[in-house]
Amino acid sequence: MKPLIVAPAPHVHSGDSVRKNMLLVIAALIPAYAVSVVSFGWGALITMLISVAACVLTEWLIAKYLLKEQPTIGDCSAILTGMLLAFNLPSNLPWWLIIIGAVVAIGVGKMTFGGLGQNPFNPALVGRVFLLISFPVQMTTWPLPQGFKGSYVDAETGATPLYYLKHLVKEHDGSVVSDLVPLKDALFGFMGGSLGEVCALALLAGGIFLICTRVITWHIPVSILATAALFAAVTGWCGALPEGMCTSQYVAYTLLTGGMMLGAFFMATDYVTSPMTAWGKIVFGAGIGLIVMIIRTWGAYPEGMSFAILIMNACVPLLDKIRPQRFGEKVKKQQPATK
Amino acid sequence: MKTFRIGGVHPHDNKIYSAHQPIRECALPEKAIIPLVQHIGAPAQPVVEKGQKVKVGELIAKAGGFVSANIHSPVSGTVTKIDSTTDAWGMKMPAIFIDVEGDEWVETIDRSTDVIRECTLEPKEIIDRITEAGIVGLGGACFPTHVKLLPPPGKKAEVLIVNGVECEPYLTCDHQLMLEHGEEIMTGIQILMRALGIQKAVIGIEKNKPDAIARMQELASRTLGVKVQPLKLKYPQGGEKQLIDACIRRQVPSGALPIEVGAVVDNVATIYAVYEAVQKHKPLISRVMTVTGKSLERPGNYSVRFGTPLTQVVAEAGGVPEDTGKIIGGGPMMGRAMNNIDMPANKRVSGLLFLPEAESRRTEPENCIRCGKCVSACPMGLEPYLLSKQAEMQMWDEMEKHDVMDCIDCGCCLFTCPSHRPLLDYIRMGKATVGGIIRARAQKK
Amino acid sequence: MNLIVISLLVLGITGLAAALLLYLTARKFKVEEDPRIDEVQEVLPGANCGGCGFAGCRALAEACVKADSLDGLLCPVGGAPVMEKIGAILGMEAAASEPKIAVVRCNGVCEARPRTSEYNGVKSCRIQHNLYVGETACPFGCLGCGDCAAACQFDALHINPQTGLPEVDEEKCVACGKCVSACPRNIIELRKKGPKGRRMVVKCVNKDKGAVARKACLNACIGCGKCQKECPFEAIVIENNVAYIDWEKCRLCRKCESVCPTGAIHAVNFPPRKPAGEAEGQKPVVEGQKSKVESTEAKAESGVQAEPKKEEAKA
Repeated sequence: MKPLIVAPAPHVHSGDSVRKNMLLVIAALIPAYAVSVVSFGWGALITMLISVAACVLTEWLIAKYLLKEQPTIGDCSAILTGMLLAFNLPSNLPWWLIIIGAVVAIGVGKMTFGGLGQNPFNPALVGRVFLLISFPVQMTTWPLPQGFKGSYVDAETGATPLYYLKHLVKEHDGSVVSDLVPLKDALFGFMGGSLGEVCALALLAGGIFLICTRVITWHIPVSILATAALFAAVTGWCGALPEGMCTSQYVAYTLLTGGMMLGAFFMATDYVTSPMTAWGKIVFGAGIGLIVMIIRTWGAYPEGMSFAILIMNACVPLLDKIRPQRFGEKVKKQQPATK
Repeated sequence: MKTFRIGGVHPHDNKIYSAHQPIRECALPEKAIIPLVQHIGAPAQPVVEKGQKVKVGELIAKAGGFVSANIHSPVSGTVTKIDSTTDAWGMKMPAIFIDVEGDEWVETIDRSTDVIRECTLEPKEIIDRITEAGIVGLGGACFPTHVKLLPPPGKKAEVLIVNGVECEPYLTCDHQLMLEHGEEIMTGIQILMRALGIQKAVIGIEKNKPDAIARMQELASRTLGVKVQPLKLKYPQGGEKQLIDACIRRQVPSGALPIEVGAVVDNVATIYAVYEAVQKHKPLISRVMTVTGKSLERPGNYSVRFGTPLTQVVAEAGGVPEDTGKIIGGGPMMGRAMNNIDMPANKRVSGLLFLPEAESRRTEPENCIRCGKCVSACPMGLEPYLLSKQAEMQMWDEMEKHDVMDCIDCGCCLFTCPSHRPLLDYIRMGKATVGGIIRARAQKK
Repeated sequence: MNLIVISLLVLGITGLAAALLLYLTARKFKVEEDPRIDEVQEVLPGANCGGCGFAGCRALAEACVKADSLDGLLCPVGGAPVMEKIGAILGMEAAASEPKIAVVRCNGVCEARPRTSEYNGVKSCRIQHNLYVGETACPFGCLGCGDCAAACQFDALHINPQTGLPEVDEEKCVACGKCVSACPRNIIELRKKGPKGRRMVVKCVNKDKGAVARKACLNACIGCGKCQKECPFEAIVIENNVAYIDWEKCRLCRKCESVCPTGAIHAVNFPPRKPAGEAEGQKPVVEGQKSKVESTEAKAESGVQAEPKKEEAKA
């Protein structure tokens, strides 16, 4: 008989793997991507292709030649980063900017810290924010959805709903309400914006899929959306909204436009850069919701999801100090020893 | 339907291989080796000498302290030597070697299969009989049962919780025992209730054993104070603290015993042994073991006398399958992988599981991706990712602060980890070290 | 212009305020310390290895300054010279100590110890030790996962892939004792380095009876007592079926090495013996590379630096 294999218990495994989780997230992103291809045509295809390829290649090169270790691109995390980066870019971004973004995302955002699992900040957002600050003009020129009819190079551009929303609250100016896309279009995906912003419904479906497959838990998305909605509602109740816009409409626009859905379900829930415990996740989400609304209402940028997530990423080590509820902890006081 | 409130995982139960296989009697061995350590606590002290003739059920080793248990001869024959033998993990253990001659029982033992329901003994007499019979918890921990029945001063038991959960995948021995010996178990429960002076008992059974639930419910309807509690499928429901939480919604505080919340937990197999000891004067000399595996020829539930070499038990089940890579004593979640199967059966081994080689090796670990699945799986509400890292860095004080001593070794963290990190290996090592530090500190004081 | 003045003022005032705050905080929380602690720490090697039994060099320095005499305080890395310097600083006599070295007391090389199982858990001796006997049948022998090598901060311990055993680099080892506490089986011992590095060691700690030990490992000490009888200086004691050489009494005559039937006694760093007519098992070897198989085949070969054999590599 061959020597028996001996290992400590347990001897069975759930069959879960890093790769499986990544693939499920990628799968959950596909419906939203399909909508953006319909909306932006070639631009969406090219941006995605370049971004994913550049991310994977950067990771492979760094692992192979700089760190001199076995590249771990097999876990599909670089593909996911590439996809999320592309989702955060306008579809008419010049190709070399996409590559710069990808190199920063993987190179600076991830591999400098030691690869998957070690990075404190969401790599895709590091890349995106780097581009946003370095190339503000290109990064805030949003092409209008024209499908395959529009050309990739100089597509027709226009302001996003978020721009009008901000104008509306900050200037207390009701005249722009008519410029906003109808809510129905925001839900089904017919508005200007980055690749991943167009269809709230597809993102929501993907997010619910992830929660159902237990890839992510409900805590972060729900707490982000709830906090943001509450903030928007309070804005409305305080009378900060001009004529022609009611509170419920404003809440709906807040949740459905911009990177809210993408951020809540896909960016903030990134395993590596979010807290581990349920309460940590809830505080984390509430922080994001609050910061994003502060930026949207009073900040210089119309959208603040990236900044909000990055800021809360920095708080994660602190939030990890929140302990999960220990067994027998809560009942200690309620239940004195029986006499 | 109830279950415990924190954490837990859902491993595939794989009970189909040996479920509903009737309990078969395993043949007597030619030479029996009876280890003197078959329980938690001090080793038993041998009371027989070389060359002495013993009968089945005769006391051969006396408990070596309060937390210890008597050991009786499971066979009849001549003691050949008292020496050390190697256990399944290659370590030495003292044992009594007996050459088997015939099958002659001590006369006082009632060997009939009639169920004797009446019990009019005083609580003290019951506990004395249990102590004498050397009964230990047969669920896995092997904690001497009589110690549980004598609560420390100031504590009073309120409810007896009967563990019929059998949450470990593959194992079916308790299930089968409930089906075949339900009445005896019910009598055993009444005896224990009498011994503890309580009027309430709850039998916890997971819902993947509907026939056992039905059988026990039918018997419970005729018995005062006994209730069957069907439970949702979730591992580790059979853990003492989890079971109490699931059945009566009370959580035992950290570091305390179940008696703190007024509960006494016993496994159905233990209760069956209590019945036999009290009503039939039969000491604990055999147990039902599940011998199972995907490629095993005759997986099933075997009633095995202690001292029978495991090789012989395996031979009855069709021999070690060709493709075996790992042999596990117990279930796959908490059982220990064995180095060899030359060891004799004893109170500790609740099953033998043969895993094919393809399922025996672990996957190479990757970086922790901080997914938090271990945190949500931990039934004790600990942070396995953190504890494992701390153990790796030998930060013992930090580990103690993060309640490593609460870990129940259930393996949920490692089971669920998508990066296949050996979380529990490190935590277990850390727990052992921290435990040593705590004991040393207590001694100093 | 105005703008520049304002910014200068604002920045200047902020800076001053911060400086003042820092100064006050530093004053308030200042800890009075014996200046000699810094001086002592200066002469210590600064490796923070913990070999002295304290949590780093600073802690040892504090202990030295606090203590009335330097007895029992020793920096194993710096050794006597450093302790003398400390003694000079503190005006105390430094206790003399002999140089020591870590010795691995297991010679169960791969071909001598057949593998009986395959360990598939974490590569950690401690975890493996807590789990079971290990990959071989010897419950006392080296597990080969390299906890000691990982614990060594001086890069002086490495697992030899051919033998599966750790080897001590005599140049680098400072006898800090980290490996001794890292080994769950207490195989590693700090022993006197010996004159010119020469010493006699029983490289086995198997407490089993001879036959059992021999079955697990061909190179095991079987506690036969031949060496004890042979030793003219009563330096060898046999306890629990295993021989131990007392380095205080051993006079390095090497008689025990010649009589050991399993080759468990090793002579380290001795010049090669004259080959004429000598029995086998006497070749001086570097730690850990000796085995019964090798010593029979390699009689003729000499030199302190025995090369790893091809046979070993194959095995």
